[in-house]
Amino acid sequence: MTGSPKKSDRLQQPRQKDCELNPDTRKHNFQEVSLGYTPEMARLEAHRCLQCKKPKCVMGCPVHVRIPEFVQHIADGEFLEAARVIKETNSLPAVTGRVCPQEDQCEKHCVIGLKSEPIAIGKLERFAADYERTHGKGEPVEVAPPTGKKVAIIGSGPAGLSAAGDLAKLGHEVVIFEALHQAGGVLFYGIPEFRLPKPIVESELDYLKRLGVEIKVNYVIGQIKSLDELMQEDGFDAVFIGTGAGLPYFLGIPGENYNGVYSANEFLTRVNLMHAWDFPHFDTPIHPHKTLAVIGGGNTAMDAARTAMRLPHTERVILIYRRGRDEMPARQEEVLHAEAEGIEFRFLSSPKEITGENGWVNGVVCQPMELGEADASGRRRPVAVEGSETRIPVDAVIIALGSGVNPLIAKSADDLKTDSKGHIELADPEINLTQKRGVFAGGDIVTGAATVISAMGAGKRAALGIHDYLMRSEGTR
Amino acid sequence: MSKILEKTEPAPGVFRYVIEAGEIAHKARPGQFVIIRIDEHGERIPLTIADCLLEQNAIVLFVQPVGKTSIQLSLMIAGDTILDLAGPLGNPTEIRRFGTVALVGGGFGIAALYPIARELTRGGNRVITLLGARTESRLLLRQEMESVSAQVHISTDDGSCGLHGNVTDALSFLIQSGEKPDRVIAIGPLIMMEKIAELTRPLNIKTLVSMNPIMIDGTGMCGACRVQVAGEMKFACVDGPEFDGHEVDFDTVINRLGAYKKEEKESSEEFEDHILGPCSLGERAP
Ligand SMILES: Cc1cc2nc3c(=O)[nH]c(=O)nc-3n(C[C@H](O)[C@H](O)[C@H](O)COP(=O)(O)OP(=O)(O)OC[C@H]3O[C@@H](n4cnc5c(N)ncnc54)[C@H](O)[C@@H]3O)c2cc1C
Ligand SMILES: Cc1cc2nc3c(=O)[nH]c(=O)nc-3n(C[C@H](O)[C@H](O)[C@H](O)COP(=O)(O)OP(=O)(O)OC[C@H]3O[C@@H](n4cnc5c(N)ncnc54)[C@H](O)[C@@H]3O)c2cc1C
Ligand code: SF4
Ligand code: SF4
Ligand code: FES
Repeated sequence: MTGSPKKSDRLQQPRQKDCELNPDTRKHNFQEVSLGYTPEMARLEAHRCLQCKKPKCVMGCPVHVRIPEFVQHIADGEFLEAARVIKETNSLPAVTGRVCPQEDQCEKHCVIGLKSEPIAIGKLERFAADYERTHGKGEPVEVAPPTGKKVAIIGSGPAGLSAAGDLAKLGHEVVIFEALHQAGGVLFYGIPEFRLPKPIVESELDYLKRLGVEIKVNYVIGQIKSLDELMQEDGFDAVFIGTGAGLPYFLGIPGENYNGVYSANEFLTRVNLMHAWDFPHFDTPIHPHKTLAVIGGGNTAMDAARTAMRLPHTERVILIYRRGRDEMPARQEEVLHAEAEGIEFRFLSSPKEITGENGWVNGVVCQPMELGEADASGRRRPVAVEGSETRIPVDAVIIALGSGVNPLIAKSADDLKTDSKGHIELADPEINLTQKRGVFAGGDIVTGAATVISAMGAGKRAALGIHDYLMRSEGTR
Repeated sequence: MSKILEKTEPAPGVFRYVIEAGEIAHKARPGQFVIIRIDEHGERIPLTIADCLLEQNAIVLFVQPVGKTSIQLSLMIAGDTILDLAGPLGNPTEIRRFGTVALVGGGFGIAALYPIARELTRGGNRVITLLGARTESRLLLRQEMESVSAQVHISTDDGSCGLHGNVTDALSFLIQSGEKPDRVIAIGPLIMMEKIAELTRPLNIKTLVSMNPIMIDGTGMCGACRVQVAGEMKFACVDGPEFDGHEVDFDTVINRLGAYKKEEKESSEEFEDHILGPCSLGERAP
């Protein structure tokens, strides 16, 4: 594949389909489902890009990755260059290439999408990042001379990791405090292996360590130390809070305390973080459920359903969502994968009660719904169709309704302002500065449950804000 | 990595550990707990901080082996290390001047009560401690409790020491004898805490109980530790572990605690077979 095909030819080429594991085998294992592109496929796909002068795709990306530029490098076979371009604005391309909701972001705006299928920007991003990880000499570790300033990062999700990386490169001493025994946030305990292999997250953590970042696990800030203690006693000049939105919501319907009812967080944590699928080799158990209901329609619900399907005793997984297929907020690819793996979908069904026997769940009673007027979010609001409830017999229910924010840090700092739902309020959203001096925040703790790329973008913005604050506040404190 | 500095067996089947814990030792308040994970394959389990030894930068834990992890811990000795130790978690016990406070403890709950008794006494309260055990040799911390309480009443199931009966009877006698505590704090087996709460409810004595549901993260992230309190869902790790005993729905807590009985048995049996050889733990099982 040499030279550039004519524009009309490019429009005619179909989007390259990546290779995937066969659904019948993959639903019994935790291997990554999508195998990504080969170099040949990546170049073919990259050649479809029109190299727009005013690229709309870039506007759709929350961190404005210079898409045409990196895609051109791939087309030219300069894969390491492509990765370098992406990394200028995106610290975790191997992750975002896999988990961004591309169809709502970059790819949604790609002009080719008007006539045919948009450029597979996410898959190309993933390809470049994977290529660099396996073929590169490792990203050069270039760190500015030490500034003598110390920054504490609380939470090691995408927000914290990207802030830490950028600050370390600028020459600051960076310490990450993570509550769990493993760093990575949702990337580790939430998003499953078959969608985001953990060695990718590990390699990002290794890179931070090479930059000199110290990662302290088992540190629950707010409990072991307050923000003031970090700054006044431990000598941190600034703090970044990236503690995410980890507090699971329940439905508030009868029966939620039966055994066999889980939050998606508990279910996924048992399996991903604690390796319950490998019980008793690992000590944390998960029950041998046969029929599981998953309630919700987002990425968390898809992950829970597909994880449930992969456990050895599972026979059926039923996903219950109160709106319709088109209203599901999950990434399209996950919905397609879930369907292929045999997850059953019950749309327009709203759980009213969880039934049980001898303390264990034995069913979900659902209320059928229909779609009414559009609500503020523009999605049509589900309304109950009276008098036609059905009971689905199941032996486990996983509730995946999203999550609120964890109160631990705010509880330990009165001068940190939060809104009525507990989200940290920013004094200056441009640099993610909170109302408290020297304290910055970003990611889900500020926005509520959002996306990996938006959390990462917030971490990068905050890093610049912190750098500026530290260099300006030279010697004042 | 945290090193076990000391291990003793103060009562048959109950182990006391002094564990290196640096900052936790200086920060923990009575009523708080830690979560430990022994090794890479380990489960995360919560244990109450029974004391802080500042000079040694260490905390004291009491462990009653009931399943895989606690049995594994019971086989570790001074010099061994624990991979992960996080804390202090949960809210500290409220320490104020209440007047007379009755502390009711059973089993390893007594260990959790010790620092509470000490702080309440220091805070100017008259502390009456009621300790229960199956038999005298299983009583924990009797002398220590005497040194930080105005009175200590003992009850044993077999009558080998103190009152022949359980701690609920003991509290009942105490109240009949004319004492009216301003507050009761009960820590021990769920059944005991439920009975105590039933006893004090008609008397309108504020009664705190400490919930010990199954936990995973201990930071409010998983919801495994949920308990129903006054009709509302609470997470014991961030909203508790102490709750108003008159408002806790004990039935669901008891049910949820039994959730993994079968798997836990499997896990500890496997552990015994592979690591200990069959049956070597028979005499130790509680
Ligand atoms: C199952 C699941 C699937 C998802 N799938 C997608 C997807 O496909 N695409 C996508 O874009 N987004 C997805 N998301 C959302 C995305 O993962 C989050 O928006 C993102 O991880 C938020 O990043 P964060 O850095 O703000 O916080 P998190 O990733 O939540 O990390 C916060 C970290 O802070 C730690 N912490 C919390 N409190 C404290 C404390 N007091 N002290 C110390 N540490 C603390 C936590 O343990 C955690 O490690 C998914 C989320 C879930 C749960
Ligand atoms: C806040 C808190 C403080 C605690 N403090 C202590 C302490 O100081 N000392 C101590 O020995 N234990 C304490 N526990 C209980 C301890 O965490 C459990 O005994 C431990 O998790 C059991 O793990 P395992 O693998 O050994 O047993 P498993 O194999 O997990 O369980 C064996 C049996 O123990 C029961 N069990 C499981 N979890 C608990 C639990 N949380 N509480 C009571 N019974 C349980 C189960 O019903 C099961 O049948 C505390 C629990 C909580 C929540
Ligand atoms: S970061 Fe996400 S939105 Fe931006 S270009 Fe990459 S895949 Fe698209
Ligand atoms: S909008 Fe589409 S075609 Fe245009 S530069 Fe972006 S990816 Fe290429
Ligand atoms: S232990 Fe997970 S929320 Fe309490």
